[in-house]
Amino acid sequence: MSELSVDHLLGIKYLNKEDINLIFETADHFKEVINRPIKKVPSLRDITIANLFFENSTRTRLSFELAEKRLSADVINFSAASSSVKKGETLIDTVNNILSMKVDMVVMRHPNPGAGVFLSKHVNASIVNAGDGAHEHPTQALLDSYSIREKLGEVKGKKVVIVGDVLHSRVALSNIFALKLQGAEVKVCGPKTLIPKYIEKLGVQVETDLRKALEWCDVANMLRVQNERMEISYFPSTREYTQQFGVNKKLLDSLDKEIIIMHPGPINRGVEITSDVADSNQAIILDQVQNGVAVRMAVIYLLASKIKQ
Amino acid sequence: MSQKLLLSAKEIDIILHRLACQLIENHTHFKDTVLIGIQPRGAFLANRIKSILIEKYQVQEINLGYLDITFYRDDFRRGEKILEANKTHIDFVVEDKRIVFIDDVLYTGRSIRAALTAMQSFGRPQEIELLTLIDRRFSRHLPIQPNYRGRQVDAINKEKVKVLWTENDNEDAVYLIGS
Repeated sequence: MSELSVDHLLGIKYLNKEDINLIFETADHFKEVINRPIKKVPSLRDITIANLFFENSTRTRLSFELAEKRLSADVINFSAASSSVKKGETLIDTVNNILSMKVDMVVMRHPNPGAGVFLSKHVNASIVNAGDGAHEHPTQALLDSYSIREKLGEVKGKKVVIVGDVLHSRVALSNIFALKLQGAEVKVCGPKTLIPKYIEKLGVQVETDLRKALEWCDVANMLRVQNERMEISYFPSTREYTQQFGVNKKLLDSLDKEIIIMHPGPINRGVEITSDVADSNQAIILDQVQNGVAVRMAVIYLLASKIKQ
Repeated sequence: MSQKLLLSAKEIDIILHRLACQLIENHTHFKDTVLIGIQPRGAFLANRIKSILIEKYQVQEINLGYLDITFYRDDFRRGEKILEANKTHIDFVVEDKRIVFIDDVLYTGRSIRAALTAMQSFGRPQEIELLTLIDRRFSRHLPIQPNYRGRQVDAINKEKVKVLWTENDNEDAVYLIGS
């Protein structure tokens, strides 16, 4: 077994194919571990990890915390809402103060794109990006690909369409990088206002007709409409968005094949997908969440193995 | 690098039969007994012991599992070598069972210490025994001894004992490899 080519997980952009394979193979072992009666291994008992969340999160924060605890790491949590950041402390000061308490690894979510990269250049700890603005969310893309691999055997050659608010989505960008790296075909689909200009440069195709996109694909990854990141109106109304880009059971049943539905959560039920789709057998949304813990354990374990004693 | 043959295929075969008989002596019908091969190289020995028990001594059914100890080792981040994980496959309940750990070489005892910790994750067995083909005595770091041993070997720390299996290395043999 080799080791990761990177010391931090800042984005999929910085990984190579072998890194992704190594993470998935390691995640396979951890998936077996978290299905044991005692779901814990002692590997990281001398590692301390700080979870710094400068932006709200439930799923990702809980998933990281669980992954860290199942590896026996010591964990401290920090959320910006209740901290000195409000008093005007800078990011580097905040993190260096935390690191002086002997912390080895930082898992950070931040509203500004590139916050993880910036931090990795200025502090002495291994950094895991848990989402930086509309830039990248690497662990989400890894767990999405891992879930596709689990369901379909491999990612290579599969057709994946990413539907919805691609413009504001870090999940979309990380997924595009990860899927392309593994040799999948990728299309994006959504209102033209929510598809970034020049996205074809990343090697993806744009499709504005949802039905055509679904007929083409093996997997549809449905993104949430991120109202909180929209300062202006990108489409006339939620109802109109749903009519054109929402997936419902009738639409799925009218396709001549059974496709897989994914969603990074949180779901706006009735907007991007209806409840009967979210709860159907075609949806692997909860598998994604379960795989998230195993994949994050793998990422943390592999990064920690590179931290010098 | 010098290499000395410690055990030939014939000698290994005789020893495996003796170890199988010693297991039968203590476990009779193997109803409550499970064999656990320690990954990676204990798995080959465990497979051999199981097939001898079934084919030569008509033991009806034996549970055999494989345990990977990578995540329980005490040298994570402490050595140059990168630890490589293997599959753990234990598809039966170990609660109240009599477990026999099977590994090819017992050296410092640290792997077995890790295996004992790992086993706790699966439940509370009634007892755990240890079977090894090669026992490198005088080199233990921990108070761990085998219940069933194939051959005792006195090797100095710089030397290596390598156990080869036909299914993996094209021959059955045990070599002492000098520095």
